[in-house]
Amino acid sequence: MIGNLYMLTAIGITQIYGVAGVVNFAHGSVYMAGAYIGWMAITWLHWPLVPVILLVLAGSALLGLALERLAVRPFARAGSTILLLTTIAAGLIIDNAAQVIWGPQTQALPNPLPQWHIRLGAGTVSLLDLFILACGVGTALLLHLFLYRSRAGWAVRATAQDRDAALQMGIDVNRVNRYSFALSGAFAGLSGLLVGLYFSNIYPTMGASATLKGTTAALLGGLGNVPGAILGAYVLGIAETFSVEWLGSSYRNLVAVLLLIAVLLFRPNGLLSGRRALNPEPTAGTFIPHGRPLRFPRWLIPASAVLAAALPLFVANPYALQVLAIGWVFALMAVSLNLISGTTGQISLGHAGFVTLGAYATAILTSRLGLPFSVSLLVSPVVAAVIGVLLCYPALRLRGQYLAIATLGLGEAISLIALNWDSVTQGPLGISGIQPAAFFGYEIWSAAGVYWLDLAALLACVWAVYRLSRSHLGRALRAVREDEVAARAFGIGLARYKSIAFGVSAFFAAVAGVLLAHSYSYIAPDTFTFALSIQVLTMIILGGRDNVGGAVIGAVILIVLPETIRFLGEYRYILYGLLLIGMLRFRPYGLLNSTT
Amino acid sequence: MSLLSVRGIHKHFGGLHALKGVSFELEEGETVALIGPNGAGKTTLFNLISCEDRPDDGEIVLDGQRIDGLPAHLAAARGLARTFQNGRVFGNLTVLENVLLGAHTRLEDLTGSGSRPGEGVLTALREIAWSIIQPRRFRRMEAELTEEVRDILSFFGDRLLPRLHQPAYSLSYANRRRTELARALALRPRVLLLDEPTAGMNPTETDEMSEVILQLQRRGQSMLLIEHKLELVMAVAHRVVALDAGEVIVSGTPETVRSDSRLIEAYVGKKQDGVAAASAGAVLEPSLQA
Repeated sequence: MIGNLYMLTAIGITQIYGVAGVVNFAHGSVYMAGAYIGWMAITWLHWPLVPVILLVLAGSALLGLALERLAVRPFARAGSTILLLTTIAAGLIIDNAAQVIWGPQTQALPNPLPQWHIRLGAGTVSLLDLFILACGVGTALLLHLFLYRSRAGWAVRATAQDRDAALQMGIDVNRVNRYSFALSGAFAGLSGLLVGLYFSNIYPTMGASATLKGTTAALLGGLGNVPGAILGAYVLGIAETFSVEWLGSSYRNLVAVLLLIAVLLFRPNGLLSGRRALNPEPTAGTFIPHGRPLRFPRWLIPASAVLAAALPLFVANPYALQVLAIGWVFALMAVSLNLISGTTGQISLGHAGFVTLGAYATAILTSRLGLPFSVSLLVSPVVAAVIGVLLCYPALRLRGQYLAIATLGLGEAISLIALNWDSVTQGPLGISGIQPAAFFGYEIWSAAGVYWLDLAALLACVWAVYRLSRSHLGRALRAVREDEVAARAFGIGLARYKSIAFGVSAFFAAVAGVLLAHSYSYIAPDTFTFALSIQVLTMIILGGRDNVGGAVIGAVILIVLPETIRFLGEYRYILYGLLLIGMLRFRPYGLLNSTT
Repeated sequence: MSLLSVRGIHKHFGGLHALKGVSFELEEGETVALIGPNGAGKTTLFNLISCEDRPDDGEIVLDGQRIDGLPAHLAAARGLARTFQNGRVFGNLTVLENVLLGAHTRLEDLTGSGSRPGEGVLTALREIAWSIIQPRRFRRMEAELTEEVRDILSFFGDRLLPRLHQPAYSLSYANRRRTELARALALRPRVLLLDEPTAGMNPTETDEMSEVILQLQRRGQSMLLIEHKLELVMAVAHRVVALDAGEVIVSGTPETVRSDSRLIEAYVGKKQDGVAAASAGAVLEPSLQA
């Protein structure tokens, strides 16, 4: 039965991929919005089911249109990896807007259908089950007829093959895209409503798992392949059902994520297609346009470091110091991610995974094994970097969107393993009572102390990464970003250099994790999530790619701004989403880079 | 023994038999030109020699060691450097960085990954540590290489030297091709593979490139060259290997190949229709003679 539910989202995702060439990460958000529109119509207006469905279809089609107009069309030429980011940003905005509008709590969604059950062998099938099945099969059939039997569908397929050629042949590409997004939005909204009815409740973050499951199913079937998506949905549904049976319900998401990673690694074109022909992807290097760091006077960097270090002497307000200290830790994450995404051009959406690894490593080493903080500060990041590289290594040959989705999956997998590996991580309870940072018995607990510790870690990281990026190694990593084939022809082993980038990056991200674990004194599987990965990515896009100073500035702006302007605090993630889209649209090379 | 031997190479792409048992030799210090109509398999052969792809059958031997099937980055370490048909410079890197990158394999005690299992990890850690610490020896090496890059670029007169710190994407097409060649030279290749070095260049630029190739020849550089401009081929090649439809149809000195009827057939078709072939031959003849 769960397969039917996945089928609904998988079809929408695969359809958009077929047309726009992007895995639409806002799909789940439209799905969630559809569920809420239906919920309002049922519980507030007491409408009967048929008009409710029509309203949901119309409302979510409109949302799909808005998505196409604001987050997709302006970036049509920017490449699929940018589109992936803009749809993620759009999803972030919709999800958080829903929280603001409808509140973060779960809402009950009564089922207006009669509670008939049909006995079928050992089990029973409810009317709702049949209705969901009918909707799934119906939409798939309609879509198939539309794509392969109508003129408009022909245009859609031509556009998917070659946008420019289609434009030359007189196809209104934008109109085709509008249709597709409206259609897929309508399906998404309807499936959100049906799933809400099925589980009798809805909540603002329900879209995230729908996107992940839908993407997995669509990938299993081969992106762009509608019958494949249906197959993929059932494969995923069956795999999950069996894993719940054998391992317990907490493994459900882990199995889905592992399936996602496995299919990306072994059959990136899906179960139905041959193995070799990977879809042509633009090299990752083109993911953010040209830009070079703005030049600043040489003394500015040491001067600002000294100023930052002297700040606690003048500022007595512990709150301000705490906020800035958090800013330094995020800058540490941004500088480390910049090495992967800015310098080496490999987009990673799983940076939170490295932070989680570092935090858990130190929690276990200091709380369980009694290692002092000063030792753990060095050992934990090494442990995290080793595990991180081992996990990422098989995915490093993927490119562009595929790599992005694989890293997203790996990031999720790390927190899901933490959730399920009770004996080591204490599962969902997390590990609490982590000692504050201490050196040689002196505990660092004052705001100023933590501030200095975090700043020192950041400066060490900035120094190391800056030196590295100015050496032959930085040159080699940039060559990988610019042109993998040419880099390899000049002796640069891609696996080696990408591993180096991921390893160094994981090390410093884990340092950030260690610092945060000791200042929060508590770590749980959901402390560092996908939203954090996106937040850090936004920081480097704000500051400018391949620009160490830019990463620091981007991080400080994004942390300090929502804290100082109270009004922004509530809308923090909406702000991140808007900034991400806005920067990619109007200044894609970042604040501290210039075009030439 | 030849410097580079290509023996009985076969390559299939799906149903297409792109190379059907191609063999030839390249001697030390020699310049061999590969010619043939579009689709003859020249670039495919280049991709196999530079280990970008692996042959289905046959062997490629460099300095007495088989290289076919090696990963491309190890072929570079054995002394193969290539340019690409469409020009592939690193757009956001400066001219200097582009050419320095060509010398990557020469920083071997830094970048070599060793051969024993597990050595790769240790050497990678060492490479990270050194690039952060940057010992004096390391900085001296970079400075020496930078000097050498200036030397290499002076080959092209003042075409590239004044643009040393400009990003490669801002260069003209011809200058990008020159940068590419300079990058390949920085590797100090045993064999230099040039894939249409003058494609898209005007006559003056072509003459300049021809002069550069002759200079390299005088220095003893062994070269394998794909080129459509027969004028250039005649001027620089010691030997010519003509390919058509995946087979070597004729090879020998430029003079003998030029007058071979099989080459003309390959370019303009067989003499089934006497009139058409004769007139086509008349059209081609001046360009072959030139």
